[in-house]
Amino acid sequence: MIALHNVDKFYHTRSGPRQILDSIDLEIAPGEKLGILGRNGAGKSTLIRIISGAEQPTNGSVKRDMTASWPLAYTGGFQSALTGIDNIRFICRIYGVDIEERLPFIQQFSDLGEYLYEPIRNYSAGMRARLGFAVSMSIEFDCFLIDEVISVGDSRFHEKCRIELFEKRADRALVIVSHDASYIRAHCDRIVVLDRGRLHSFDEIEQAFEFYSHSVL
Amino acid sequence: MSAHRQSLGSYASAWATQRRVIYALFMREVLTRYGRHNIGFLWLFVEPMLFTLGVTALWSVTKATHGLDLPIVAFALTGYSSVLLWRNMPARCIDAIKPNLSLLYHRQVKVLDILTARLLLEVAGTTTSFVVLGVFFVMIGWLDPPEDLLQVIGGWLALAWFGMSAALLLGAWSEQSELVDKLWHPSAYLLFPLSGAAFLVDILPQQAQDIVLYLPMVHCIEYIRDGFFGSKFHAHYDMSYPLIVSACMTLIALAQLRKVSREVIPE
Repeated sequence: MIALHNVDKFYHTRSGPRQILDSIDLEIAPGEKLGILGRNGAGKSTLIRIISGAEQPTNGSVKRDMTASWPLAYTGGFQSALTGIDNIRFICRIYGVDIEERLPFIQQFSDLGEYLYEPIRNYSAGMRARLGFAVSMSIEFDCFLIDEVISVGDSRFHEKCRIELFEKRADRALVIVSHDASYIRAHCDRIVVLDRGRLHSFDEIEQAFEFYSHSVL
Repeated sequence: MSAHRQSLGSYASAWATQRRVIYALFMREVLTRYGRHNIGFLWLFVEPMLFTLGVTALWSVTKATHGLDLPIVAFALTGYSSVLLWRNMPARCIDAIKPNLSLLYHRQVKVLDILTARLLLEVAGTTTSFVVLGVFFVMIGWLDPPEDLLQVIGGWLALAWFGMSAALLLGAWSEQSELVDKLWHPSAYLLFPLSGAAFLVDILPQQAQDIVLYLPMVHCIEYIRDGFFGSKFHAHYDMSYPLIVSACMTLIALAQLRKVSREVIPE
C-alpha cells in the first residue's frame, strides 16, 4: 500500500509561492492499476514524484509499504553524459541488485544493441523509454510508476510492455499519469482526475472521463 | 525487546542502503570526471600531485622559507597539499546539485549523498597525492619522515573536516543564491596566501599573527607541520578552534541541506 494523506506542494516562483497540489488524499493498493488523468500543468508529474519519494511534500504525509519504481518519464533517472551501460550499473548499485544477472534481460528488452555503449544524450525519446522500462522491470518493484512515457515507441515496444507489464507482472500495482484518456481507459481499472492541483475521485470510470473532457475545455 | 531489535534492524538496512548509494555515486563521479581515457581515474591523485610537485620545485628554487633553516620540501609538501585539501572541496560542492538533478529521481539518492560522494572523492585524491609524494620524497632522501606521524594524521583529518563542513555549507547556500559561486573564486584566491601554506606563523609580526590565526586552516597547517618537523620551528596553534568552527559549520550546513532537499525539484 502507498498512501498519501493531505498532501500539499508549493513551488517557489518569482511571484511568490505557487500551490501545485492541494490536499491530496490517495491510496494505491497492491495490484491496482491506477490512472491519473490531467491536462498539461495540472501537477501530474509532481504528484508521481511525490508518490515515488523523489520529492517531498510541503505538508502532509506519504506512507509507502511496498516498493515503488522511480517515475519512468521522458527525463530523469539517467545521467545523460554516461553511457547506457554505466547508467545501468549505477541504478543496479543503488537498488542493490547484481548487474551481470540482469544484463541479458535488459539487453533483450531494451533492444538497444550497440547503443547501450553510447552516452544517453545521443538517445531518442523512444530509446530512453525502452532503457528505463528494461531496467525498472529487471529490478522487480511492487508498484511501477509511469509518467506519460509509455505512449512513445513503436508497436513492437508496446507489445513487449504489454507482455512484461500487464501479463507477467499482472499482480503488480501500476500508476500511469497521462493526458491521454484513451490510453488510460485501455490499461487502468481505477481513474482519478487531477485538475488545478485537486484530485477528483469517481465511483464509475465513465464519470471520470466525463469530468475530464469537461475540465479540458 | 523485539521492537528494539526491529529498530536496530532498520538502522542496519538504512546503513546498507546508504553505503550502496554513496558507493554508486562515488563510482559514477569517478567516471564522469575522469572517464576511461588515458590514465582514467589515476588523475584523481596525479592531478594534485602535479600541482604539489610544481609548487615544491618552485618554492625550492626561490627559497620560499625566507632564509630560515627549514626543510623546504617538507614545508612545500605540507603547505600545498593542505591548500588542495581545504580549497578543492568547496569548489566541488558549489552548484553540485544541478548537474545531478536527474539522479534524484531515485528515492534513495539524497542531496547530502551527492555532496558526500564528491567530498570522499576529493579527500581520497588529495590524501593519496600527499601520501604518495611524501613516501616518494622520503625514499629518495629529500624528506625526513614525520617526527610525529599521528599528529600529522590528526591535523590532516581536522583540516579535511574543516574543508568538508565549509563545502557542505557553501554547497547548500549555492542552491539558494548564485552569489556563492561568484564570491567563492575571489575569496579562495585571496585566502590562499593567508592560509599559512606559504609562511610559518612564527615569522610574522605579532599583530599579523593575531589576524591570520582567525583562519581555522592556519591552525591545522601549523599543527601538521609541527608533527612533521616541529623541532625546527616554533608552531602556533590551538586545535580546539578549528574543531569548534568545523562543528558549528557542519551543524548549520546540515540544517541548510535539510531545507534544500525538501525544496529541490528533480528533473
